[in-house]
Amino acid sequence: MDSRILLMIAVCIAVPAALIGYIVLTEQFLRLVPERFRPRVRPWLWLAPTFLFLLVFLVYPTIATLLRSFQDEAGKAFVGFDNYAWFFTNPGTLSTLKNNVLWVIVTPLLCVGFGLLIAVLVDRVRYEPAAKSVIFLPLAISMVAAAVIWRFMFQYQPPGEPQTGTLNAAAGLAGAGPFPWLTMQTLSFNTILLIIVMAWMWTGFAMVILSAGLKGISPELMEAARVDGASELQVFRRIVLPLLLPTLAVVTTTIVIVALKTFDIVYVMTNGNYDTDVIANRMIKEMFTNGNFGRASAIAMVLLIAIIPIMALNVQRFRAQEALR
Amino acid sequence: MAPGPSASGESLAGQTVSVIGTWGGTEQDAFLAMVKPWEQLTGATVKYTGTRDLNTVLTTGVASGVLPDLAGLPGPGQMQQWADSLVDLNGVLDVATYTSETAPALVDLGTVNSKLVGVFIKTAVKGLIWYSPKTLDLGGTPPATWDALQSAITSNKDKAKSPWCLGIESGAATGWPGTDWIEDIVLRQAGPDVYNSWWQGKTKWTDPAIKQAWQTFGEVVAQSYGGSATVATTNFANAGDPLFKSPPGCLFLHQASFITGLGAFKDAAPGTDYDFFPFPDINAQYTGAIEGAGDLFGMFHDTPAARSLMAYLVTAPAQDIWVKLGGALSANKNATGYPDEISKRSAALLTDAKIFVFDASDLMPSAMNDAFWKGITKYVQDPGSLDSILASLDQAQADAYSQ
Amino acid sequence: MTAQAPSVPALGATAAPSARRRPRWVGRLPLHLAIVGLAVLWLVPTIGLLVNSLRPAADIASSGWWTAIFSPAQWTLDNYVAVLNQSDIGPAFVNSIIISVPATIIPVLVASFAAYAFAWMEFPFRNALAVAVVGFLVVPLQVTFIPMLQLLGPKGFGIIGSFLAVWLAHTAYGLPFAVFLLRNYMAELPREVFESAALDGASPVTSFLRLALPMSVPVIAALAIFQFLFVWNDLLVAFVYLGLAAPDNLPLTVVIANLVNSVGGGWELLGPAAFISMALPLVVFFTLQRYFVRGIVGGSVKG
Repeated sequence: MDSRILLMIAVCIAVPAALIGYIVLTEQFLRLVPERFRPRVRPWLWLAPTFLFLLVFLVYPTIATLLRSFQDEAGKAFVGFDNYAWFFTNPGTLSTLKNNVLWVIVTPLLCVGFGLLIAVLVDRVRYEPAAKSVIFLPLAISMVAAAVIWRFMFQYQPPGEPQTGTLNAAAGLAGAGPFPWLTMQTLSFNTILLIIVMAWMWTGFAMVILSAGLKGISPELMEAARVDGASELQVFRRIVLPLLLPTLAVVTTTIVIVALKTFDIVYVMTNGNYDTDVIANRMIKEMFTNGNFGRASAIAMVLLIAIIPIMALNVQRFRAQEALR
Repeated sequence: MAPGPSASGESLAGQTVSVIGTWGGTEQDAFLAMVKPWEQLTGATVKYTGTRDLNTVLTTGVASGVLPDLAGLPGPGQMQQWADSLVDLNGVLDVATYTSETAPALVDLGTVNSKLVGVFIKTAVKGLIWYSPKTLDLGGTPPATWDALQSAITSNKDKAKSPWCLGIESGAATGWPGTDWIEDIVLRQAGPDVYNSWWQGKTKWTDPAIKQAWQTFGEVVAQSYGGSATVATTNFANAGDPLFKSPPGCLFLHQASFITGLGAFKDAAPGTDYDFFPFPDINAQYTGAIEGAGDLFGMFHDTPAARSLMAYLVTAPAQDIWVKLGGALSANKNATGYPDEISKRSAALLTDAKIFVFDASDLMPSAMNDAFWKGITKYVQDPGSLDSILASLDQAQADAYSQ
Repeated sequence: MTAQAPSVPALGATAAPSARRRPRWVGRLPLHLAIVGLAVLWLVPTIGLLVNSLRPAADIASSGWWTAIFSPAQWTLDNYVAVLNQSDIGPAFVNSIIISVPATIIPVLVASFAAYAFAWMEFPFRNALAVAVVGFLVVPLQVTFIPMLQLLGPKGFGIIGSFLAVWLAHTAYGLPFAVFLLRNYMAELPREVFESAALDGASPVTSFLRLALPMSVPVIAALAIFQFLFVWNDLLVAFVYLGLAAPDNLPLTVVIANLVNSVGGGWELLGPAAFISMALPLVVFFTLQRYFVRGIVGGSVKG
């Protein structure tokens, strides 16, 4: 065991040293390159480590998945677009699309909305670290424990019996219920409840990053506006919000992607029952339960295609950002 | 047979055998206790890892060739898909002893193309009816037929809020307690032949025999404690808790033998607080039919230590260790060290069964099994939609068995 | 820095002229109420778990956690003792640290190079490439497992089961988000800083190490917190890259998940286990929280 800890410490020192050594060496290497070519070569040397990791661990498996999505379940025969046709005609998978739309819209609204509100509010109080850690706490809880926590929240006992679930006890105080929360599928109410579990976990993520962005805004700028007589709301709308916009975009994009590939909350809470199934849960099921890699690969590809619009928006934003500075 | 040095005579000291299974908590402790004598005897070490993602881990492992030496297998269906990667145990076990000590049905289930690739390392009896003798005095003559059970319910109506306790919530496996119900009814109502052709995908879900079973199950749901909302949202482990409440919530709970380690059963006294009787006959023709289930175990790497451990695990002395710790039944008839009367009786049901069938949902292709679970959750919520549920199960059947 | 707060009027306070005559805390009261209200809302589920982690399983099933808050006499540490008595929990905790620390440091550093290049160097398709990198965030990790095990397994590089394999995997899986977050932050840094440095003859390496990295400390702290957290809480990647070949190297999450048996018994132990496993990420959060300070960028501009 001791030798393993030593190994870890050695890695923590040697790898960063090697990486910084690499970047320093690129400049030495670039001296060998004619000066006018240097700016063209340099970025690729800086990107090389990242691209190497991505090519091996993500690009290569993605290409393999793309090819696999045109094959049958055993990977023996080419089946063209059959797997895609299956996905877009099967009632079970189509209902996951509807739920995913809800996830992709509501999750960022809740996470970014609350995250921003909390980041801005706690920025003004001295107990900021304590308040932030409370919101951050759920993200530090692993999924297995979160499932237990929300079981306590959603638990249902027959009317007349003492309720053991927090929500039903609260509803009881208001003279309503009890409600079998996760089975209430009218207007996708149970999917919304699952999204709330997600928001409970991921608001801390939005808050921490937005808070870091907030700290990057020059205090002189805000002070100057205040001296000019701007109200706090005006300072927020005219100065803080525009400067925070790039960070907001990062947080929103990330949460949209996380919501799109959401899997574990649905898997542990309902496993897609009561009309709560989502795309990624279907993919996992096709892959590991049903052993149909063709269909699973096609579903993974649908996920990849679904993010193209979000990515296009980000390219535009990057360009606008660079035009401004 | 005695474990020890491998067949070739070389010492196993210092070698390790990696094992992956689904067991955690008390089961993991029981498994480790079971392999301890083998470790002491051979000087080899067992490295056990439990996971609830066994499907993911082994599917990945089989496809990539990175596998443990021995592994629990998710079910007979999955085992068939992996038969090529599994080692034939015919040369590993003392087959003559193994077949003489084990029910033929279980031996057959572990065999694919005359290769013995899986053994049952523990088993359970499905479809036991649990009750509290404190609430209900059955006077030593439990109902032997479905009709007798119905009249017992009628005559004891006032002793509990509802006749039945039922809970089908089980996280990612929600619905399975209902599948056990359907299976038990099909087995006794339509008989083992229909039962077998049904899980083999030859009898349709819309077949009158299967539909009738769902309807019988529907009657139970309708008489369940708390109604369909409670049935849908109650975890199966706690479904029986109202049996022990005062006043009692229900008279009966239908659940497998392993319930004694869960929920309120765990702290209750076997025999005095709770007791069971086997699922009653519905059609007298099929008397003595019993449904069982179990955990399959297979071997991926043919190393001397793995061979020796595999051979040891199915022996009666090894099985006895787990059995004594409670919560499990053995597939081995000669493992008899059951800690109490209740587990002894449930083990006897398995060994004495006139007709033995294996859990049908575990035998179906996984996609069919999954659809079955989902069908149960829908039915519990909306019994009126039975026809559309069965029609969609027929569709899933056509898709799942064609692969 | 929040210490400067006293000179800053509270939200809405300046809008009402009469506020000047009230004590300051009255004007700030809505702010405190809002924060405390949100905090309580967020805490309730966790408090439920905390209280229940101190109760026997039978009590948890039969009555709500709130009924036990005011009767600590019913509380017991049995569940915690049972978790800590697991023989493998100590080594697993160490494994989690061995896995998480390098798997946090390496991707943050690697991503910062790429982020700086994407933000401040000119080359064709750089915005499209930067977005493509983050696009890989959507790839479900599960589809990468089989190709990766084939590549890193005994028939390939043969590193499956070693910490190296899981460090590399977590680095790769963490990079899309890390590059995205850092690129975005670095692109917002003031252009003048880099231009004046370049005029003074600083190489890109010097600008990166002396200017870009120090000015990005808050966002690097945020990134490090999340990367650490995701690796710490990961179960599946560790199991696939370590568990099949070297179970001795498995992290805490795997041991915790194993507290529950295959039919669900023992779930009352998950609460205590969650609090034990949560401790270190919270320490990391509090430690790195110190770097969330205002004025790093502004100060550098002036200097």
